[in-house]
Amino acid sequence: MNSRIKRSLAVLPVALLVAGAMGACSNNGNGTTTASGKCDSKIAFFGALTGPNANLGINIYNGAKLAVDQYNAKNSNCKVTLVQKDSQGDEKQAPALAQNLVQDPKVVGVVGPAFSGESEAADGILEQGNLPLITASATNPTLAQKGWKVFHRMLGNDASQGPAAASYIKDTVKAKKVFVIDDTTAYGKGLADQVKKSLGGMVGGTDTVQPKQTDFQATVAKVKASKADAIFYGGYYAEAGPFVKQLRAANVNAKFVSDDGVKDPGFVAGAGKASAEGSVVTCPCIPGDEAKGTFFADYKKKFGKEPGTYGPEAFDSANVFLDGIKAGKTSRAAMLSFVNSYDKDGVTKHIKFDKNGEIAKSEIVIWSYQIKGGEIVKDTEIKATS
Amino acid sequence: MSTGGDAPRRSAGGRFVDGLRTVDERRVAGLAGIRSRWRALPLVVRIAALAAVAVFFYLLPNLAIPLIPTPDTNFASVLFTVAVYVLVAVGLNVVIGLAGLLDLGYIGFFAVGAYSVAIFGSPASPLATKYPWLMLIPIAIAVSMVSGVILGGPTLRLRGDYLAIVTLGFGEIVRLIAVNWSITNGQIGIPNVPAPPGKFPDGSPLFGVIDTRPFYWLALTVVLICMFGVKLLENSRVGRSWLAIREDEDAAELMGVPSFKFKLWAFAIGAGLGGLSGALFASRQGFINSNSFDVLTSVLFVAAVVLGGAGNLAGVTLGAVLISYLPERFRGAAEYRFLFFGLALIAIMIFRPQGLIPSRRRAVELADRKREAEEEVTAGA
Amino acid sequence: MNFEFLFANIGDLTVTGLSQGAIYALIALGYTLVYGLLKLINFAHSEVFMMGTFGALFAWQLVGLHENNPIPSVPMMIVYLLVGLVGAAVWSGVTALAVEFVAYRPLRRRNAPRLVFLITAIGASLAISEAVGIATGRQQFGMPDLFKTTTLVTIGDAHITNLDLGVIVAAIVMMVVLDQFINRTRLGRGIRAVAQDSDTAALMGINKNRVIVLTFVLGGVMAGAAALLYNLKIGVTRADIGFLLGIKAFTAAVLGGIGNLRGALLGGLALGLVENYGSALFGTSWRDVVAFAVLVIILMFRPTGLLGESLGKARA
Repeated sequence: MNSRIKRSLAVLPVALLVAGAMGACSNNGNGTTTASGKCDSKIAFFGALTGPNANLGINIYNGAKLAVDQYNAKNSNCKVTLVQKDSQGDEKQAPALAQNLVQDPKVVGVVGPAFSGESEAADGILEQGNLPLITASATNPTLAQKGWKVFHRMLGNDASQGPAAASYIKDTVKAKKVFVIDDTTAYGKGLADQVKKSLGGMVGGTDTVQPKQTDFQATVAKVKASKADAIFYGGYYAEAGPFVKQLRAANVNAKFVSDDGVKDPGFVAGAGKASAEGSVVTCPCIPGDEAKGTFFADYKKKFGKEPGTYGPEAFDSANVFLDGIKAGKTSRAAMLSFVNSYDKDGVTKHIKFDKNGEIAKSEIVIWSYQIKGGEIVKDTEIKATS
Repeated sequence: MSTGGDAPRRSAGGRFVDGLRTVDERRVAGLAGIRSRWRALPLVVRIAALAAVAVFFYLLPNLAIPLIPTPDTNFASVLFTVAVYVLVAVGLNVVIGLAGLLDLGYIGFFAVGAYSVAIFGSPASPLATKYPWLMLIPIAIAVSMVSGVILGGPTLRLRGDYLAIVTLGFGEIVRLIAVNWSITNGQIGIPNVPAPPGKFPDGSPLFGVIDTRPFYWLALTVVLICMFGVKLLENSRVGRSWLAIREDEDAAELMGVPSFKFKLWAFAIGAGLGGLSGALFASRQGFINSNSFDVLTSVLFVAAVVLGGAGNLAGVTLGAVLISYLPERFRGAAEYRFLFFGLALIAIMIFRPQGLIPSRRRAVELADRKREAEEEVTAGA
Repeated sequence: MNFEFLFANIGDLTVTGLSQGAIYALIALGYTLVYGLLKLINFAHSEVFMMGTFGALFAWQLVGLHENNPIPSVPMMIVYLLVGLVGAAVWSGVTALAVEFVAYRPLRRRNAPRLVFLITAIGASLAISEAVGIATGRQQFGMPDLFKTTTLVTIGDAHITNLDLGVIVAAIVMMVVLDQFINRTRLGRGIRAVAQDSDTAALMGINKNRVIVLTFVLGGVMAGAAALLYNLKIGVTRADIGFLLGIKAFTAAVLGGIGNLRGALLGGLALGLVENYGSALFGTSWRDVVAFAVLVIILMFRPTGLLGESLGKARA
C-alpha cells in the first residue's frame, strides 16, 4: 500500500498519546511492588470517599487505616499497604473497580464494599476472583444468601436491626400506632420492610420519599392524618433532616425513630437542634467509647475526632485480614480459609463467621442513640427479642 | 442600574477571545485541509485506513500504550463503557443531529432496553422467560422502539423546547417507574442479568465477570455495524428528509416530505439504538437498579453529541469518548472532575460552537450565522 | 388510589401545594424571562436559585444569626428577613450575570445555534453546583428559625399557617411588582420590545445587551426571593438542590406557557397543587410521575402551555 496510509496510521496513536499525556500528573504509580516474597501484601478499602455519600465511607476508611497503621508500626520490616477504591457509592463504577482489585494478586482482602447496592454489583466479581471481603456496613440480608463464599459481614443485618428497632418502638417508646416511611433505597426500604413485618398490626400508615427530595409536605400531611404516635424512617440523614424539621413545623410531635443512615451530625444540622431533639436512631454498630481496648483513644489521637459510625467495625474487619497476613496467609485461598475459621475477640465483639459469612447471632449488637442537645449520644443496647 | 462601565472591559476581553479564536480558526482551516485530502484518497485506500483504525481499537486493551490505560480502574471495563457511550451517541445523533429533535430523556430508552433484558432474562425476575440472550437483544430493541413510538406519537407535534421538557419528563417517568414498580424492584434491582453465550475451551464463560475484553469487542463490533447502518441511512432518502426537516420543517412539509412520519422514524430508530446500548450495559453489569438512569446522565448524553459535533458521526464519537473516558482516566481528581468537566463544556462550546468535529453542512450554516452576526454588529454600530 | 385521604385533607393539601407552587413560580420567572427574550432555556438558572439559598444563609451569619439561635423578636425578624432577601438577591443576581457573561454572551456574538447555549448552560450548571459542593464539603446547612410556625386561621379543614400564607403572599406580591415593572416602566418596555423583535428594537435605539443584562438580573432577583422563601419553608440547603427544583420550575414555566409571566405564576401554582394531590392519591413516590404526566397531557391539548407564550405581548 502507500505511505499515506502509514502516515495516517502513525498519527492516531500519537494523537491518543497526547490526549493521555494531559493527565500524566494524576498517575500515582501503584506498581511499586518489590519482589520480596510475602512482605508486599495489600488490603483494600472499597466504598465512597467522595461524592454525596462520602461521610460514611470516610468513617470506614479511617477505621481500616488506623488498623493498618498500627500494624505497620509494629511490623516495620513487613508493611501492609491499604489500597483505596473510591466508588462514590455508585453501582455503575463498582464492577470496574472490583475487577481492578481482582487483577492485583497482592490484594488479599477487601474491607467493604460499603453500601448494599454497590455490593450487589461488585461482590460477584470478587467471588470470581476468590478475593475475601468483610463489609463493615452493607446490611441487606440477601447479600449473604447468594452463595458467595468470599462474603463476610462484621455486623448484624437488617433482619436483626429491623426487629430490634420495632421492639424499641414497642417497649421503650410504648407507641400504639406507628407510621413507617422509607426512601426507596435498597438500604432504607429493606430496613423499613423488616420493621413493618415486626410491627405487624401497629403500622398505622406508610409512605415513601425520594432521595434528594426536600419538601415533604404531602408525607407530613399523611403522618398528621394518621395520628400515629411514632414514626419509623428507613433512609439517610440528608432527607431525614429537613423531613423532621417540616414535621415539627407542622406541629406533629410523634417520636421519630430511624436507623444508622441517619446517625450523622448532618441530621442535626438539617433538622435543627430543636426539631431533632429526642429523635432516636438504632444502629448495629457499637458506640466508639464502648469499643474494647484502646481503640477510642487511638482513633481520637490519630484523626482528632471521635470514631464515626462503623469506624470500630472497619477496624475489626481490617484486623482480621492483618492477622491473616501476620500468620503468613498471603494467598487469597489461604486468607479465605483463615477468615472463615477466625475465632477471636475484636474491639466490637467476638468475631466468628457462620457458613454464610454472617457474624454469629449471639454476637450481634444493636444500639439505640438519642439526640440530646444537638449531639448524638448513646442510649441503650437493645436486646433482640425475636 | 448602570451598565456603562462594562463597555471597555468587554472589548478588552473580547479582543483576547478574538485572538484565541483566530488561532482556532487557523486550526480549523488546517482540519478542513485534512478533510478534503481525505476525500481525495481512492476509495480502497480510505476503506483500508478505516479498517486499520478499527483493528487498532480492537487491539487497544492488549496494547500497553503508556498513559492511555486507566491507572485506578479496570481498563477493559472503561473501554466497554466508552463503547456503550459511543453507541448511545450514535443513536442520539439520529434524533438530535440528523432530525434536529432535542431529546433530553434519551436515558429512558437506554433504561427500557436494559430492563427488557433483565426482566425477561434474569431468573430472579417474576417475568423471566427461557429465551436465550440472542433472542433477548432483539426483544429489547423492539420494546425500546415501541416506547419511542409511544412517546413520539403524541408529542412530536410539539416544537423545540416543549419537546425537550416532555422528553425529559419521559426519562424521569421511566426512572420513577423503575424505582416504584415491584418487578423492576427499585434500588434493590434485578440481579443475574444474563450475559452473551459462549464458553472457553476450559468451560469457563467467554463473557465472564473478571475479563471484560470480550464484552468490549462485542460492543465495538455492534458500534461499527450501527455506525455503518446510520451512515447508509443518512445518505438515503430518509436521511435527506431528516435534514430537510431539521433545516425548516414547514418548507419540508410543503415540498412533500411527510415530516411527522420521518420524525417518528428518527425517534424510533434512535430509541432502538438507545435500547440496544442499554441492553449491552445490563448484560455486562449483571445487575441493574434504578440508580443508573438519572436525568444527569441523560443530559451528559446530549452533551456528548453536541460537544463532538451534532450530525457528524466522527464528531459524536469523539464527544462520547471524551465524556466517558476522561472522568475514569482522572479518577485521582475524583472530587474535582465534574467541576473541570463543566468548565470544559463551556470552554469548548465557546471556542467551537459547531462541535469538535462539525458536520460539514452545519459548519457552513454556522459560518452564515456568524456573518449575519457581524453584519448586525456593524449595522448596530 | 386513596380518594378518602385526598378529600379528608384537601384543604391542607391545597394550602401547602400553593405555597410550594409559589416557590416554583418565582423560579419559573427566571426561565420565562430569559426564554421570552432570547428563546433559550437557561439551564443554569437552577444554580442561580441554589446560590441564593446560600446567599441568604451567609447574610444571616454575617449579622450573627445562626441556625440554633432563639426565635427573634418581631422587629428583628423583619430586619433579618430583609437582610436575607438582600443576601439572596445579590448572590443570585451576580450568579445570573456571571452565567450571562461567561456562558452566553460569547456565543451570542457568534450567533451560535441554540442547542449550543443549552450545552454551555449545562456546563455552567455543573460547574457552579460542583464548585459549591466542594467548597461546602457537600454538607447540608440548616436555616435559623425566624418565627414559630403557627396556624393563623382554619377554614374548613384547611390549616393556614403563617409560613404558608407568608410564602404565597410574598410570591404573588413579587410577581405583581415584576409584572407592573415590565408593563409600565420604560425599562420594561425595552424588554418587551426586544422580546418582540430584537432587530427593530435595536434600530429604535434600544441597547440590546443592556436589556439582556437587565433581564438576567431580574430573573436572578426573583430566584433570590424564591431562595429566601425556600429557606424559610424547607429549612435546609445543599449544593445539589438546584437541579431538581430547576427542572420542576422549568416544567411550571412550560405548563403555564413559557415566555409568559402570568403563565409562570399559573404554571407554578398548578404544578404545586398537582404534585400534592398526586402524592395524596397515588403515594409520594408517584408524585413526579403525576406531575410530568399532567404536563404531557396539557401540552397535547394546548401545545404552547396554559396561557400561551408571549412576553412581548404581556400587556393584555
